[in-house]
Amino acid sequence: MSEKIYLYPMWIRLWHALNAILIILLIITGVSMQYTDPANPFIRFDLAVKMHNISGMILTLNYIVFLIGSITTPNGKYYKLTFKGLPERLIKQFTYYTFGIFKHEKAPFPVTRESKFNPLQQFTYVIAMFMLVPIVIITGWALLYPEVVLTKFLSGSGLRVNDFIHVIIGFFVSFFMFVHIYFCTIGATFVSNFKSMINGFHESH
Amino acid sequence: MTLLFARSTRKVPVHFMMAVLLFLMTSFSIQAQTDKKAENAKFNEKCLKCHGQSKYKYLNPESGTEVTKRMYIETIIDRNQFAESNHRNFKCTDCHSEDYDSFPHPGRLRMETKYACIDCHGGDEKYAKFKFEQIEAEFQASVHSTKHSDDFNCWMCHNPHTYKINARSDEKIKDIVAYDNAICLNCHADITKYQMLTDKVNPNIVQKHQWLPNQALHFKNVRCIECHARANDSILVAHNIQPKSKAVRRCVECHSTNSMLMATLYKYKVQEGRSKAGFYNGVIMNEGYVIGANRNYYLGLISLIMFGCVAAGILIHASLRIIKRKK
Repeated sequence: MSEKIYLYPMWIRLWHALNAILIILLIITGVSMQYTDPANPFIRFDLAVKMHNISGMILTLNYIVFLIGSITTPNGKYYKLTFKGLPERLIKQFTYYTFGIFKHEKAPFPVTRESKFNPLQQFTYVIAMFMLVPIVIITGWALLYPEVVLTKFLSGSGLRVNDFIHVIIGFFVSFFMFVHIYFCTIGATFVSNFKSMINGFHESH
Repeated sequence: MTLLFARSTRKVPVHFMMAVLLFLMTSFSIQAQTDKKAENAKFNEKCLKCHGQSKYKYLNPESGTEVTKRMYIETIIDRNQFAESNHRNFKCTDCHSEDYDSFPHPGRLRMETKYACIDCHGGDEKYAKFKFEQIEAEFQASVHSTKHSDDFNCWMCHNPHTYKINARSDEKIKDIVAYDNAICLNCHADITKYQMLTDKVNPNIVQKHQWLPNQALHFKNVRCIECHARANDSILVAHNIQPKSKAVRRCVECHSTNSMLMATLYKYKVQEGRSKAGFYNGVIMNEGYVIGANRNYYLGLISLIMFGCVAAGILIHASLRIIKRKK
């Protein structure tokens, strides 16, 4: 009999759903623009530009909602990294995912009301939400208003450097998305984590 | 020994003399050219005394008074612009009648046939690389020629008194763009000039290009002709201006690895042969960045490999989970 804890309040579920849709849209339109091919247009370029711009703007607002929510509600505590013993905890979780899981061992850091994320989750989420996403947001806005970007950067084009950072970090965000979605299937059942996103209850193993 | 000496004494003076001769010839020729230029400039001052400013004065022999009149704007020549133009070394009367020497100018001179570019530049080996004949043919096929009478000639866009070559220079692309677009806007943004040739209402350029994302950025970084003229492989600057229905509207014409900008705006720089440095259309990156056209081959490869690894990792992990699941 699995235990259910109410871990995901309504605002987080809404924020998460919107974030997921926007990031997926941004990845698809971003890849389409970067790899434009006149013979096989994946998404028409002007349409991709529009969709990418609008999604990016909404994502910024959504990110602000996340920041305010994390400051004003207890949700912020889940993102506080404890550096002491972090490498050991990360290795422990990694070993579980690579070996233990196949031997049906118990998860080393079960989900509780106090710690929603396991160490590996917490570490990657902090990197994604407090490093990668802010960088793509800032460089993205800079591309919307290219005149504000440094025109020269170390004798090269400032716009080019800005765009490279945007594309490379965007790539890491997509990389994160793939793994993130896959790891969602590792729950009490294959779909239990997806159900949690809708009803807010976490189902333990 | 004697032979060696004899040979060496004979050789040194000959080479030395040839060098001196060449030096003298070059210096004389440079000197002669400089003199000629100075002489022409001095001669031109006679014309610019009136045509170089917005008013002119003359003595009315009837009344014996000095009269000041406004110079027609079309006949004012900007001294500084002329001094920087390609034709700066010419005498006014090289192209205009010698009879302009007298004042008042004879009335029949108004009917004087003016030279077209091809009259001087056509069939001239010195200018062969510019391919004036092809430019002329392109112009004849363009809407500027087909939709207008013979009134529309080279001078509409290339003022012979101010025009200077810039697409072949090492000037910054942005400066070339600004210079070239100013040529188009000279009429297309000035209703009085526009209506000299047509009865149509001049379209509002900003409004007509509303569909273009980042309009201001496009206007600053690409020339009008990039989209409005048919690209031509054999000449540097396309002159076959197309009707608006044929203007480029597909973003990917430029925003793709085989960007047409390489055959148009960046053509000269491409011909000059800049290194690719692993980037597609790297020459554009010296001064700008075009999404879709500027990609790095290695970055693309690395991202593909990384995605492949992630996909493979997920697939293996998922398969193992299925195989090892509790029965």
